[in-house]
Amino acid sequence: MNAPVAITPDLVARHGLKPDEYQRILVLIGREPSITELGIFSAMWNEHCSYKSSKKWLKTLPTTGPRVIQGPGENAGVVDIGDGLAVVFKMESHNHPSYIEPYQGAATGVGGILRDVFTMGARPVAAMNALRFGEPGHPKTRHLVSGVVAGVGGYGNSFGVPTVGGEVNFHRGYNGNILVNAFAAGLARADAIFYSKASGVGLPVVYLGSKTGRDGMGGATMASATFEKGSEEKRPTVQVGDPFSEKLLLEACLELMATGAVIAIQDMGAAGLTCSAVEMGAKGDLGIELDLDKVPCREEGMTAYEMMLSESQERMLMVLRPEQEAEAEAIFRKWNLDFAIVGRTTDDLRFRVIHKGKVEADLPIKELGDEAPEYDRPQVARPPRPALTEKIPEPADYAAALIRILNSPDMSSRRWVFEQYDTWIQGNSLVRPGSDAGVIRVEGTTKALAFSVDVTPRYCAADPFEGGKQAVAECWRNLTAAGAEPLALTDNLNFGNPERPEIMGELVGAIRGIGEAARALAFPVVSGNVSLYNESMGTSIPPTPAIGGVGLIEDATRYATIAFKAGGEPILLAGAPPGWGTHLGQSVYLREIHGREDGPPPPVDLAHERQVGDFVRGLVRDGLATAVHDLSDGGLAVGLAEMVIASGIGASIERPDGVPALPAFFGEDQGRYLLTIRAADLDPIRERAGKAGVSAPRIGTTGGSELKLGSLAAISAGRLREAHESWFPAFMAGEGPAVP
Amino acid sequence: MKSAVVVFPGSNRDRDMIAALTRIGGSAPAKIWHADSDLPKVDLIVLPGGFSYGDYLRSGAIAARAPVMRAVAERAAAGVPVLGVCNGFQILCEAGLLPGVLMRNASLRFVCREVGLRVETTASRFTRNYRKGAVLRCPVAHGDGNYRADDETLARLKGEDRVAFRYAALPGEPASGNPNGSLDDIAGILNERRNVLGMMPHPENLIESMQGGTDGRPLFESIVTSLEKAA
Amino acid sequence: MKARVTVTLKNGVLDPQGKAIEGALGSLGFAGVGAVRQGKVFDIEIAENDRARAETALKAMCEQLLANTVIENYHIQVA
Repeated sequence: MNAPVAITPDLVARHGLKPDEYQRILVLIGREPSITELGIFSAMWNEHCSYKSSKKWLKTLPTTGPRVIQGPGENAGVVDIGDGLAVVFKMESHNHPSYIEPYQGAATGVGGILRDVFTMGARPVAAMNALRFGEPGHPKTRHLVSGVVAGVGGYGNSFGVPTVGGEVNFHRGYNGNILVNAFAAGLARADAIFYSKASGVGLPVVYLGSKTGRDGMGGATMASATFEKGSEEKRPTVQVGDPFSEKLLLEACLELMATGAVIAIQDMGAAGLTCSAVEMGAKGDLGIELDLDKVPCREEGMTAYEMMLSESQERMLMVLRPEQEAEAEAIFRKWNLDFAIVGRTTDDLRFRVIHKGKVEADLPIKELGDEAPEYDRPQVARPPRPALTEKIPEPADYAAALIRILNSPDMSSRRWVFEQYDTWIQGNSLVRPGSDAGVIRVEGTTKALAFSVDVTPRYCAADPFEGGKQAVAECWRNLTAAGAEPLALTDNLNFGNPERPEIMGELVGAIRGIGEAARALAFPVVSGNVSLYNESMGTSIPPTPAIGGVGLIEDATRYATIAFKAGGEPILLAGAPPGWGTHLGQSVYLREIHGREDGPPPPVDLAHERQVGDFVRGLVRDGLATAVHDLSDGGLAVGLAEMVIASGIGASIERPDGVPALPAFFGEDQGRYLLTIRAADLDPIRERAGKAGVSAPRIGTTGGSELKLGSLAAISAGRLREAHESWFPAFMAGEGPAVP
Repeated sequence: MKSAVVVFPGSNRDRDMIAALTRIGGSAPAKIWHADSDLPKVDLIVLPGGFSYGDYLRSGAIAARAPVMRAVAERAAAGVPVLGVCNGFQILCEAGLLPGVLMRNASLRFVCREVGLRVETTASRFTRNYRKGAVLRCPVAHGDGNYRADDETLARLKGEDRVAFRYAALPGEPASGNPNGSLDDIAGILNERRNVLGMMPHPENLIESMQGGTDGRPLFESIVTSLEKAA
Repeated sequence: MKARVTVTLKNGVLDPQGKAIEGALGSLGFAGVGAVRQGKVFDIEIAENDRARAETALKAMCEQLLANTVIENYHIQVA
């Protein structure tokens, strides 16, 4: 038996609760909490569950639209795609666990996001991930890359979902705090979406899936704790993923949902049983009573505190129709999963937890969520970076500069990474990683869906507002480049400690930028996740608001990829400013060739963005664009090189007199696309561009086996490819093979 | 063509295989649960890809001992064609229906990419519609595809024309084509009676041109042709 | 009765994981590390008091499931 634990200020602090937050608890319940109750409050009121620092600002984001069925607040967002179907998607971080144990941290991150999707009744059809690591030379980086990539693949491959895209960046700002953001999307019938809101009094609350162990004790608290030296010792709290059980859970859940037995369902993620039970009750205006003696446990002698905070994976909580209980149980037994009635819904709005005949917690269920602290934290906006006034030196050799950029950590091919992910499974992948967006067809329809995840952290660091705008715009642009109509997005906001005004300023700036772009581009936010306190030993990560977007392609035969299709095709630069490009601030060229992260990021003109994007999408839909590539990091030269590498077909670029070479080839002006068309279509397309008010100068022609940048450079496709492909494998092989 | 796809807990390319068989065979295959001890009368039995039972002991090891596998072995002995793809290949080896073993990839990493696949024999019901020596495009997606067998077994496989597919370089690709370090570049083998084929690559994922190619089609069409000739 | 079963790769069977661990030990500065071979350990509780019968049962488990005798050896220790 447990002797009652004394609630000391130290214990309160170790639960991540501030003294004033503890006072709030005392007022709310009118007595000192038990240790189990303290644990429940710490789980419900930490940043991860309560969004206490960000809620005020998240409310400003646009979350509705004609196709939006469910916005933020559920396990995932839901968007109508016609034909009676909906796409269900979300992105979530697993940063801290992945730093401590990269394989399991990343694996359980993928597992968690897949569960969020199928909890809503959707079968997962696509996954992506956004990974940020420290600089390549940092002693931990290679180990972390190796473990995280293997973990992402290990879980997703075994579960059986294709990974269709992602991002990998290296920057010293992530040396002590890497980012692992996992995205998943699923398909469901639009009239058969499942929610967490319970309804009906006296109904059974059912526990499903794997057994409960002491995994991840305090993980939700850890997910919001800053890293300090010695955090490597937190290893025992990391959960271990079991993709095999999750696959069984998926099949069992979908089978059960089809029977109509499920009233409400919630997956047990961070602070498992606590958050899921409270959410189901609070949303349905019901109380919940749990009998912990019934919880299937993997370890002996678990206390109420441990069971309520365990983060064992692959578990679900459901409210079922009592008359279908036996049917439900039979399905779960067939899949060899645990099934136990662990409680019931009540009408007294209390969250009551009973263990061995003793009431271990008895709390007001609505207030646990609703009365969580909400802060308007002080913030300071960083003064904008002044424009670069001095002239940026041209490279002595454009070919050498381009080769060097293609061979750099951030710009090199990610083949080493994505070949560890199953990109073919399910047989619906139309465009696999390596293009602007991943595309899968929608079974049983003539449609396809496009996916992309984007953010440019160095832009955000230089100007959080413009950086937030740019992340949304780039995602929208990547979907558009594939020929898709961008439907909605999910955001994963990774920032430092919000109690520091300059970090809070970054968060607010980025959210304002995201909101402005999302509104202007009719690209609403339907789900998301906030990960704060990403810093190590006082150094914060660069602000990294990753944006995951989903787009719809009505005709699955009409989509575009970046590979040139034939020689002799005109190359157009849609959205080009006079001189093709102008902006070198924060460019890859400046960083890789001159070693400077300097100046303001390129501004995004959202009206221009939309106008150019709509024009390009129209060409893809009408079958007129043979290849499309959005321009982003590295500008025109890199974009062209990637199209040459993808196809093995060369290109000749004819730069007119008076167009300065450096900004034209390496400027990172936004809202631009490279596209190829058949020669015979040139005049009608020019006319079409003119009518749309879109600048789309012809800049060259495909053909041959070299990329010719006017008279400045001529590089063979083979050499470009070698430069692009060689960095990653060489880096990973750097110090002998990775340990499994 | 009447076919059956055996589903183990953890199978995950069963849906892909069912889609391919439905499209080419003209009717949906029967789904057989691993715990069943009986198989319906069919013209083809398929063990699909995935991670049966999590592949937690060795790939395919636990599935090879599932109740349904006794029935599969009996049918194979009776001459019914049995196709094992990826995890299915691993299961067939673990069950002793094919010789050798599939070990961890030499790179120690899961590998998913399109590889070249050379048709080494057309003398089987699975490969008769291919041209001998043709190099197909076919995706692989596995962590344990590194085929190993002792010298004697290898000599027999070669001597008896039982290597069905080998990895080969794709035109224009610099790599050798072998994605996993497999012995003698072996990608797929036949049993002595030539009615059991195990292969690592996924022909079921290349059936329609939308999937990026149709090089997987002739494999399934070969089986249909064989049935027609036999009838 | 408790037993420990150790399963290792047969000599001569390529062990890429063992090789990788060997390389990693070297790069961590452990001098003089020779060949490394990795394997699996199973701790099994068995409701049997007779040692000989337990060993017979365990041998059957190894032959039928725990080891792939094409490539693996096993060793049984009964506590």
